[in-house]
Formats: sequence, C-alpha cells, structure tokens
Amino acid sequence: MPAVEGAAPSVDGERIQVEEARARRDSAHDRRFGWLLKLCALLVLAALLGATLVTLTGGWSAFSTYGWHFLVDATWHPDSQHPDDPSTNVFGALVPIVGTLVTSLIALVLAVPFSFGIALFLSEVAPRWLRTPVTSAIELLAGIPSIIFGMWGLLIFAPFFQAHAKPWIDSHLGVDPDTNQPSWIAAHIPLVGKLLEDTRPFGGSVLTAGIVLAIMILPFISSVMREVFQTVPTRLKESAYALGSSTWEVAWDIMLPYTRAAVIGGIFLGLGRALGETMAVTLIIGNSMDLSPSLLDQGATISSTIANQFSEAAGLQKSSLMALAFLLFVVTFIVLLIARLMLRRLAAKEGN
Amino acid sequence: MLTTNKLSSSISKLAAVAFITAGALFGTVAQATDITGAGSSFVYPVISKWSAAYAGKTGNQLNYQSIGSGAGIAQIKEGTIDFGASDAPMSGDDLQKYGLGQFPSVVGGIVPVVNIPGVAAGQIKLDGETLADIFLGKITNWNDPKIAALNAGVALPAKKITVVHRSDGSGTSFNFTNYLSKVSTDWASKVKFGTAVEWPTGVGGKGNEGVSQYVRQIPGSIGYVEYAYAVKNKISWVDLKNAAGNFVAPSAAAFAAAASTADWTSAKDFNVIMTNAPGAQAWPITATTWVIMYKKSKNPEHTKVAFDFFKWALESGQQEAAALDYVPLPDTLVKQIEAYWTSDFKN
Repeated sequence: MPAVEGAAPSVDGERIQVEEARARRDSAHDRRFGWLLKLCALLVLAALLGATLVTLTGGWSAFSTYGWHFLVDATWHPDSQHPDDPSTNVFGALVPIVGTLVTSLIALVLAVPFSFGIALFLSEVAPRWLRTPVTSAIELLAGIPSIIFGMWGLLIFAPFFQAHAKPWIDSHLGVDPDTNQPSWIAAHIPLVGKLLEDTRPFGGSVLTAGIVLAIMILPFISSVMREVFQTVPTRLKESAYALGSSTWEVAWDIMLPYTRAAVIGGIFLGLGRALGETMAVTLIIGNSMDLSPSLLDQGATISSTIANQFSEAAGLQKSSLMALAFLLFVVTFIVLLIARLMLRRLAAKEGN
Repeated sequence: MLTTNKLSSSISKLAAVAFITAGALFGTVAQATDITGAGSSFVYPVISKWSAAYAGKTGNQLNYQSIGSGAGIAQIKEGTIDFGASDAPMSGDDLQKYGLGQFPSVVGGIVPVVNIPGVAAGQIKLDGETLADIFLGKITNWNDPKIAALNAGVALPAKKITVVHRSDGSGTSFNFTNYLSKVSTDWASKVKFGTAVEWPTGVGGKGNEGVSQYVRQIPGSIGYVEYAYAVKNKISWVDLKNAAGNFVAPSAAAFAAAASTADWTSAKDFNVIMTNAPGAQAWPITATTWVIMYKKSKNPEHTKVAFDFFKWALESGQQEAAALDYVPLPDTLVKQIEAYWTSDFKN
C-alpha cells in the first residue's frame, strides 16, 4: 500500500501532463476543424460569386447593347448569319421573365395547399401503419429526374389536359375557341376571358407547365412541413384538443403559428426549385417567344430558353442567354429577399 | 496425374492464346489513331454509323460530338478538333481568314409534316409560297382558298392551322428557312433565314423528336422534320412543288436529284445551299452538312486519318447512309471533292 501512495503524485503529474497535451491537441483539432468548416462555407460563396461573375461578364455585351430595354422588351429576334450585328439582333428578356414568374406562381398556388394537407394528414390524421409508406412515396417522388416528369407531361398529361380539362375550362370559365361564345364568367368578369383564351388545340401551355412544376415541388414542401409539424410540442396540441378544438383549429391556430418560419422556408425551397426547373418545363411549355396574356397559351421560361438555344447560339444571342442566366440569379435573389422580409415582418407582428 | 497434366497444359495453352490475343489487340490499338470531330447534329447518326464500320475495318476510332454547327465551327477555329461539321457553309472570307477548307459529306431531306383531321396521309400538296404564307401566319385555316386551289378533290376541314417550329437552333431550321426565303419575298424581307429566327407564329418543339411529338398531338398542325423522323414516326408529309414546277414526294431519289442538279462546279469551296434545286424531280428542301478542316494541318497524322475516313465514307459508306434515309453524294460530286482535296489541302 505505501508503495502505491508514494507513486500517486507522480501519476497525478503525468495525468495532468497528458490532459494538458490532450487539451492542446483538441484545441488544435478544433481550430483545424473550424477552418475546414469555414472553407466549406466559403466554397459555396465562391461558387455563387463565380457563377454570378461569369454570367454577368458573359451577358455584358447584351446588357451594354440593349441597356434597360433588355428587361422590358418582348422581342427575341436572332440573326444567326450575322450574330454580332446589333442592328439585326434584337433581344429582350420580358417573355422568359414573365414565363418564369407565372409558372412558378401557378406551381406555388397549387402545391402549397396540397403540401399542407399531406403534411397534416401524415403528422396528425393518418394511422401509424400508413405513415411510413406514404412518406416514402413522397420521398420517392422527390427523387424522380425532371426529364421523366417532362416526358410524362408531354406524352400523357398534355394530351389529357387537351382532351378533358380544356373543353371544360373553355365552356365554364373562358371562351369557346370555335364559336367565340364567352362563358358566363368570361362575359361578366373582366380579364378572365383574356387570361384563359384558348388559341391553339395543344395541351402544353404555361398552365400545364405550372401544374407539372407543382407536382415536382410538392414533395419538397410537404416533407419540410411534415418534419416541422412533428416538432410541435404534444402538450400544446393536446391542451388545444382538451379545450375542444377540432383538428383544423389545432393545425391552423397552434401548429402553423408555431412552425411558421420553417414552413415559409420550405415553401421558398420549393419556389427556388420551380424558378430554375429546366427540362420538364422545356418539354411542356411550348416554347413560344410571343408575349400572351393567356395561361392556356404557350410561352417560355428563362431556363427553357437557355436550354433550347444555348448550343447553337453565337455572338449577341449567346450573350443574351448569359444575361438571362444572370437575371435568373437576380430573380431568385429578389424572391429570397422578399421571403426574409416577410419573415421579419411576421416576427415583428408577434412581438418577438 | 494424367488429368492434372492435361488440365495444366490446357490452362497454359489458354493463357498463351489469351496472351497472343491481348498482344494482337494492344498492337492494333497502339498503331491506331483516334481522331475527333464535332458539330452538326444533322449528320450525327450517319457519322456514328460510319465510324463504327470504319473502326472495324481499320482500327482507327473516330469520336464525334454532336454539339451543334455553331459550336463545331468555333471548335475548329480554335483547333481543338480534327474536323468540324456544320449545316451552314462558312463564307469564303471566313475560310480564308482561318485557313480552312470545306466540303459536303452526305445529303438529307427536310419534309413538312402535317396532322389534319379527316385528311389521309400523303394527300396534301403545297407550293413554296403557300408554305411560307402558312409559316408567316398569313394563311390561318386549312380550307383557305390558296390551299384548296392546290388540292382539288381533297375535302379540307375548316380547321385552324397551328405552326410547329424548332425551339432550338438547328441546321434543319437553317435549310427550311433558307428555302422559304428563296420562294417568298415576304419571308426573305421579314424573317430571313438562319439556324434560329424570330418565328412569326406557332409553338416550338425541341429537336426533331419534339417537333414530331407536337405535330402528332396538335390537330391541324404543320411542322418540319428530317425525313428519317417522319418515316420513323409515321407522320404524314406534304408533297411540294419544286423549282421546275413539278409536285414531288420526298424520297431518297428526289434528294439525290436535288444533290446532282445543284450547281456545285461554279461554287468556290462548295458554298451552295441546295434548297430549291432546279432538277425536274428534285425535292426542294434538300440539305447537306459541310465538313470543315484546316488546309494546312496542325496535326498531319490525324488529318491523314480524317481524309482516309471521309474518302472511305464517300466512296463506300453508301449502305450505312441509305439505311438511315440519308443519300450518298453523287459520283461526280465525290470526284470533285477528291480533286479539291488534292488541289487545296497540303499534306
């Protein structure tokens, strides 16, 4: 025993030394790990900055040739024989910008309520055995490549829409294309007739592209919503139920306010995808560069225009496409900015 | 003992055979030269078929990327590839500036395709001016008197016309709009021609596939695709009135007639766009793709293989071309191209 007692201080000293070395090592590790994380974050920033700069420099000759007209002009007139001649090449981004915003808006208007329903069903209403299969089905939907959605949209949905949905829209909401007979709604509410004018017997349109986009962004929004709904404390919900609230009241008055920031974040995640979606939209939207007020007419989005024309473009046309890509950055940035401002105003309203 | 011996001897035999085969294989690979071309998607199917047959014969691999005519020209100007391929010929000035030469490779046809309810396939006839008026949006109904005058005896429906064009830049559009510019002064002044133009009306399909799909879906539509796509997808096409005043149906013979009656001899660097060719049986929208190479090669070994490839393709690649509904160049033109090679290309 004494032998052990005598040895104790030196063991303690050793231990202290070992611990100090370990602490030093740990702090070095922590520093290095911190740098690594910083590098990851900076890499994203660098990529974003690089992409912005490349599109801006690539699009510079279009911006400097057409000035602010590029933003408001609906002409898209390439001259592939003389690609650098500004007198014969006239480009304006209005049609693709409007197409991008309108298709994304349609997608959001359709996808958000459905996603809310799905998320609510999965977190509140569905029996336990049904939750896993439906959740995995939605996640699978998110994994389908967009070209598949495009093919489905072009080969199955567009013909279906043409054969079944359009006749109903024409006779109940719009104007009959053969007889020019407006429906009651088109005759009594201004602009509806123009908004739903059926100019061509083709199912592919701005509206159909928006619907397909809605299906594509649905899984993103609904899975975010479902996950944040599960973070709502059970005692809050159960208290509300105990006071006699219906499921709808619990969802609308308890769950949604509690998760508002995350839900809006999820919606904007979906919106981001809708704004940039390329292949599916290119196949369905009909690729017309004419400005039309009708949702049933064909149109173009920023990304579909780039996908269509980039490979054969030269000179000013190529530069205009680069400028379009830059504008997509700007549009996305503005949309995200609006989202942030909205969240801040909501937070201020609640007094946080 | 005996069996083990037999086994080991057969294994060693097998190994020897494998070794020799491998040696032979690597031997040819080491001697073979791989060349690269890029450009037009119009010739992509036939060049890839040719290159497979050519590789089987000589061991030389040809890698062709269908990145579009414009990109093909850009790449050959930068000298990153051994040959470029373009659906539009380069101008004499440009060729001279970059020290390039060009020659046609294969002939194909572009056909207007229609989907008119109640009208059977192959019944509609159009002339160039009417076709241009349809694509200009001036004729908007199938029972328009101008169309009816060309189609006596066909019951044309009172159906709106939907024009389908290409949404991407393409050689098909280049030749189609070039034809319309030649036959319609209105088209020539308002729209002009090019791989991409501002279409006065209609919807755009991406690629030949996109246009054929749209035409099949839209009743009352008219579009234009490469002949092979119309055949494959069984879409009904339109007979066209050619420069000689005859109505012709698209066929390999009609494309060949256009290729042989085009005025190749007086053109420098084969700078002839074959549309609206004068032959009695010529199909009016016939097209070729030009192969573009350096006159003074930066990489003589590769260029030699490239020339050998095109010599073989032009002289004996007919079968592959015909199987894909392309038409080989007429013999006189092949001779002229070979003369151009010896006179203009220094190797």
